[in-house]
Amino acid sequence: MLSVKVLGTGCKKCQTLEATVKEIIANNKMEATLEKVEDISAIVSYGVMTTPALVINEKVVSAGSLPKEDQILTWLKEG
Amino acid sequence: MLTPNRKILSLILLLPLWFLIYLNLDPLASFIVYQILGLPLGTHLSDAVWFFIFEVPKVLLLLVLIVFFVGIIRSYFSPERTRKILGGKKLFAGNILSSLLGVVTPFCSCSAIPLFLGFIESGVPLGVTFSFLIAAPMINEVALILLFGLFGWETALLYLSTGLIIAIVSGYIIGKLKLEKYIEPWVYNVKMGDQQFEPVAISFSDRINIGFETVKEIVGKIWIYILLGIAVGAGIHGYVPENFMAGLMGKSAWWSVPAAVIIGVPMYSNAAGIIPIVQALLAKGASLGTVLAFMMSVIALSLPEIIILKKVLKIQLIFAFVGIVALGIITVGYIFNLIY
Repeated sequence: MLSVKVLGTGCKKCQTLEATVKEIIANNKMEATLEKVEDISAIVSYGVMTTPALVINEKVVSAGSLPKEDQILTWLKEG
Repeated sequence: MLTPNRKILSLILLLPLWFLIYLNLDPLASFIVYQILGLPLGTHLSDAVWFFIFEVPKVLLLLVLIVFFVGIIRSYFSPERTRKILGGKKLFAGNILSSLLGVVTPFCSCSAIPLFLGFIESGVPLGVTFSFLIAAPMINEVALILLFGLFGWETALLYLSTGLIIAIVSGYIIGKLKLEKYIEPWVYNVKMGDQQFEPVAISFSDRINIGFETVKEIVGKIWIYILLGIAVGAGIHGYVPENFMAGLMGKSAWWSVPAAVIIGVPMYSNAAGIIPIVQALLAKGASLGTVLAFMMSVIALSLPEIIILKKVLKIQLIFAFVGIVALGIITVGYIFNLIY
């Protein structure tokens, strides 16, 4: 079971990233929980200063940008 | 997907094409306005149309080229890395470094809070943090390009250097005033994760990609404001009489600089729309200092940003921040009015 978190406040890119990840998980029928973390203290506790950030199994894989879909899929598979 | 070599090759081919178009815009615009559209020379309408047809491609070309390189330069910097560089730096030297990094580090005002928390938590002094927070929005690559395109490199350089000086001095003063007690207490309880996020190593051809993507993102977002701004500018250019603005925004009106800043601070607009208008006002007798002060206050300080900062700063510190930066901008405005 993968634990996937999207860190981000209300910004537009954060919403896009959440939607994209949701879609990828559904399309590939992956076993994963997706959570959106909006609390700033929680976001910062990952050592992240730029949103959106993507966390897979508690490991930060990207921050401050909108990664490409195939890149996200690779990360999820490596999980 | 282009192979890396093809990508660099296409760049080498695109650049001369860019220059060919850019250097021939003047005759091109004249040809379109006077030959194709058949407008008579020297009327209000043909002046306005010529201005529009000349300026739009010029500004867009400059924008594409420079934003591309800005994208590549920024790919070498990240807020996480900047934080590490600034940790524990002393005042003044720290303020200078921080302002410079503020210019090149990718920053969006929606990240202002996590950035502030991260900086404070890792021991970046408050004044140094503010130098970054002032320089990052104030020195804006789009504003720089537009100033360069519409006024020439001297003005662009003046904007860059005065912007840096304001960020350095304001941050230094805020540091000297010892305003740490006006930070919301919860900020100090935040624990920054020690997870070291290491971005995957990227090749130069990835950076070229980032350059193209930055162009798509920024130009895609602001082209409409540039078009509107230049259209309004063209209208002012063609129809507003010479020296119309001299009384209102000219040098003789001493109050015009603070008035411009007071109007500009709460305003939130992007530089793209405001500068073409400002350029037209200037041509009609407004003075450079007043106009520059207005532009800087619009870009550097805005109500939405102040509201965001309210989460981490007490009202006294926000007033100090806005007041010091506004005073800096007013000073720069007066200096410019004196010089020019």
